[in-house]
Amino acid sequence: MPGKVKVVNRPESEASYVRAATKGMSITLKHMLDPRKKTQQYPDEKWELAPRHRGTHRMEVHEDGRAKCVACGLCPTVCPVNCIKLVPAEDENGERFAAVYEIDEFRCIFCGMCQEVCPVEAIHLGVHYENAEYSRERWVYDLERLCEQDHDVTALWDPADKASQ
Amino acid sequence: MSGAPFVVATAIKAIGAFTVLLLAVMLATYAERRIAGFIQDRSGPNRVGPIGLLQVIADGLKNILKEETLPAQAIKPFFFLAPILAILPATVLIAVVPFGAPVPTPWGLTELIVADASIGFLYVLAIGSIGVYAVALGGWASGSKYSLLGGLRGSAQMISYEVALALSLVPLILLTGDVRVPEIVSMQQSFEGGAAYGTWFVLPLFVGLFFFFVAGLAETNRLPFDMPEAESELITGYHTEYSAMKFSMFMIGEFAHVITVGALVTVFFLGGWDIPFWTGDDIRVLDNGVVVGEPSILISLLTLAAFTVKTGLVVGVFMWIRWTLPRFRYDQLMDLGWKFLLEAVTVYILVIALAILALEGLGLPRGGWYAAALFTINLVVAGILIGLADRKAWIRGGNVSARLTRAAEGGE
Ligand code: SF4
Ligand code: SF4
Repeated sequence: MPGKVKVVNRPESEASYVRAATKGMSITLKHMLDPRKKTQQYPDEKWELAPRHRGTHRMEVHEDGRAKCVACGLCPTVCPVNCIKLVPAEDENGERFAAVYEIDEFRCIFCGMCQEVCPVEAIHLGVHYENAEYSRERWVYDLERLCEQDHDVTALWDPADKASQ
Repeated sequence: MSGAPFVVATAIKAIGAFTVLLLAVMLATYAERRIAGFIQDRSGPNRVGPIGLLQVIADGLKNILKEETLPAQAIKPFFFLAPILAILPATVLIAVVPFGAPVPTPWGLTELIVADASIGFLYVLAIGSIGVYAVALGGWASGSKYSLLGGLRGSAQMISYEVALALSLVPLILLTGDVRVPEIVSMQQSFEGGAAYGTWFVLPLFVGLFFFFVAGLAETNRLPFDMPEAESELITGYHTEYSAMKFSMFMIGEFAHVITVGALVTVFFLGGWDIPFWTGDDIRVLDNGVVVGEPSILISLLTLAAFTVKTGLVVGVFMWIRWTLPRFRYDQLMDLGWKFLLEAVTVYILVIALAILALEGLGLPRGGWYAAALFTINLVVAGILIGLADRKAWIRGGNVSARLTRAAEGGE
């Protein structure tokens, strides 16, 4: 006989089809009758997101509806994937504001650095994920759209809270 | 009943049975997926319609609208014939299955069976073996090597297990002395005068039921006997090249076959339409036209429901097995068929025949004690079989590893 064949001699109690089949049938029966199903009925039943979930951006606004952004330019600088487009402008009072402010959510990696770096707590990430669109262009959120978002904003990491690390 | 009313009644019953069978097939495809889901801790299809029931219709629509493909190498007439042959035997088989107690109609008592053929379940065996043509033709006519392999495997398997299937019904004939299916059902009810056993044949013949069930699984090509399909080895075997409605027809055929086998198990071993522990439904028409019992429409409906529930349960067990046991290796399958099932069934027939001879010799009247005695014998047989199967581990392909051991130890 060519070559050597290694034969594993399992004990008969393990190799028996009868026992294995009976055991298997009882296991599947148990699962079949178990009313607790693991599938989440998604659109009817949503995920419970963590408070620090980083999702769709949201721009904070003043009472009069203006965006809080002062066009300091920190967030486009810090953004690792360069997906924030900012064109600053100045009004008659000499206050800076963003004439164009766009975030390409498609390119964004949701690192959260823009929120951390913003000196006036204007741009935030949000506890939100259902943002599918039919075209790439729709993924570029302009300032107005960012201001309209009304989901919860992402909580920042609290260094005192060791448990949340 | 004879003449025109008979023709009309038979036509109505035939169309009714066919329609109900197809509806049951639809439900079975749904139930299969639900049960598969439950076993795997999922919920299965539940979004189309109430609890997902309309999923079947959505699937049907999808299959009708899909493109029909015709492989260049296909042998056309047979390629078209195979799906038809897949549906045919399963649907025709249902003709000899009685669904319920006879119904009184203005034209006389109508038995709820499409054709009360005197050849009874011999017809079942004869028609059942046509199913192999669907697999063989489908595989060969597709002009694809995977299909051909699936077809060959399928035909070899079905022919092997047909022997065991037929033999597993011999003890039944020994007990009933009649192959007419309604007669077999009434034998399982309680009638005065010693003709009937008063218990379902699952008690006196439960080892026989096991054999019939295993062979039936193999006949319907379902797991753990789905050699002809074996998607991990043969893509999907004999219906690889089929698409759209032709593929659906294979599926419908498979499910119809499952339901028919379920109905046959019910009729042969689970008392058919008999409602347990109740003698009000014990109705039969004797050969000379005398009616025993009091037929009524209500009783017919109740028995119909009993039959449906039993068949449903058997089909459910089929599905439970399918989603539990893995597929056999091909040599294991053949070992199981020829080296285990065939021998075991033959020995079983001998044992039952001797037992019946002894019981008749003792003059025991048919009934509870008779069945109990046979049940005890079955218990012993089952114990021995399980013990042997456990120790010799037939099904793991022990012969191969034993041969290798011998070879490795310097023999051969
Ligand atoms: S989350 Fe990160 S990647 Fe996204 S916009 Fe902010 S800085 Fe850029
Ligand atoms: S860091 Fe804040 S204030 Fe500065 S540009 Fe970005 S959003 Fe505006």
